[in-house]
Amino acid sequence: MNIIDILPVAVLGAILGLDVVTFPQAMISRPIVAATAAGAFVGAPFAGLTIGATLELLALGMLPFGASKYPEWGSASVVGGVLYASQLNDPPGALPASLLAALLTAVVSGWSMIKLRRLNAARAARVRADLDAGDADAITGLQLFGLTADLLRGFLVTFTGMLVFKRLVPAIVSIWHSNMMYSRAIVMSLAAAIAVAAVWKIFHLVPHARILFLAGLAMGISLIIAR
Amino acid sequence: MSGERHLPPLTWMRMYLRLFAVQGAWNYETLLGNGIAFCMEPALRLLPGGRAGDAYTGALSRHARYFNAHPYFAGVAVGALARAELDAVPPALIDRFRTALAGPLGSVGDRLVWATWLPLCSLIALGAFGLGAGPVAVIAIFLLLYNVGHFSLRAWGLRVGFEKGLRVADALGHPIIRRGPQYLGVAAALLAGISIPLTIRRVVGDTGGVTVMVAMVALIGGVLLARYGERAEGWRLALAILSLFVLYSVIR
Repeated sequence: MNIIDILPVAVLGAILGLDVVTFPQAMISRPIVAATAAGAFVGAPFAGLTIGATLELLALGMLPFGASKYPEWGSASVVGGVLYASQLNDPPGALPASLLAALLTAVVSGWSMIKLRRLNAARAARVRADLDAGDADAITGLQLFGLTADLLRGFLVTFTGMLVFKRLVPAIVSIWHSNMMYSRAIVMSLAAAIAVAAVWKIFHLVPHARILFLAGLAMGISLIIAR
Repeated sequence: MSGERHLPPLTWMRMYLRLFAVQGAWNYETLLGNGIAFCMEPALRLLPGGRAGDAYTGALSRHARYFNAHPYFAGVAVGALARAELDAVPPALIDRFRTALAGPLGSVGDRLVWATWLPLCSLIALGAFGLGAGPVAVIAIFLLLYNVGHFSLRAWGLRVGFEKGLRVADALGHPIIRRGPQYLGVAAALLAGISIPLTIRRVVGDTGGVTVMVAMVALIGGVLLARYGERAEGWRLALAILSLFVLYSVIR
């Protein structure tokens, strides 16, 4: 994958990164959607869905409350989805290495959102006199500035993430020594444990949540055995 | 102050579409403030004097200041404040109303949307994935389900806000808003138990022992993390453990 190939991926990352906060928050940025779209982009939607579902488990507990700081999953899931879907024959290290790349990108992307919010504040301070005067152009201009800057932010994060990891992930995969089942079991134990903790934290005040969860678990395991 | 009053359909549509970009200029100084003014602007054109009038600029300047709300519930504020401006409510009263409105719209939205609706829709999508649904079906289930709630909530907020005006607080007592999070939480707790092991099975690719073992490890790990890791954030833990595992698998 060369730089020209990365550009359309970065555009996808920009659009999905924009959805996280600024526009339209329709949750096309959720990992299960974004990584699948990214996988489809390189011709392997099922691989995208697989890493997307794993990332979704990790993201379950991260709720975008107001000014809280959190990893940004939209652009990061595009990076993870493309990297994983690009590995031929799904080698054992592909999922863990691509997942790590997505997580690192999500952290950097979350940091970039804080910078963007500060940039928006600085821009608002610069046009404060116009805003106080009720200038509609200043209000619309500030919105458009924020939207454009966020689009650019997502593009740069995805582009940089791809640039860094497009060689690093295949390099890790090529010298991976753990077997497939073991690698996946470790990754899923981790992702599912974090999802269970998230579900517990979110729903522990719901009446009978513990019993409901355990009943669901029994049903889920029964389904696995039955199938 | 409220009663029969309607927005022209085009104005309503402009405000509704702008609501999707209400957080476009979100920042740590004014939060949603600028977005609220941006969304109200089409309605304020109806004030006496139109865009050139003092009422228009005065209203815009009032609403481009600090404001906070859940983005999906911002429509309630946009509708109610636009109604108050069109009804020529005194500015001091609008300011007090605006301040009082911010807190509840944030907490109600966080509880209903971020803490229940979104996780529930994620769990349904994961369950569909675990049961063998393909990429198109999983994405369609998630996006359609989630956005029926999302788009409807934004439309409801704008409509009820404009209808009720300064009495909009009554609308926040709607049964779906009061009891919804609890009922959705019941469904989500049950679904989490079903969806998580099914997702494990599909990713691990094993139909028996390994999946059940991973599910048990996840259950014990998750409970320990929830009970004793109050301050530990899941993604930080995932990053640390995954980094160690990758390092181990590469250098051993």
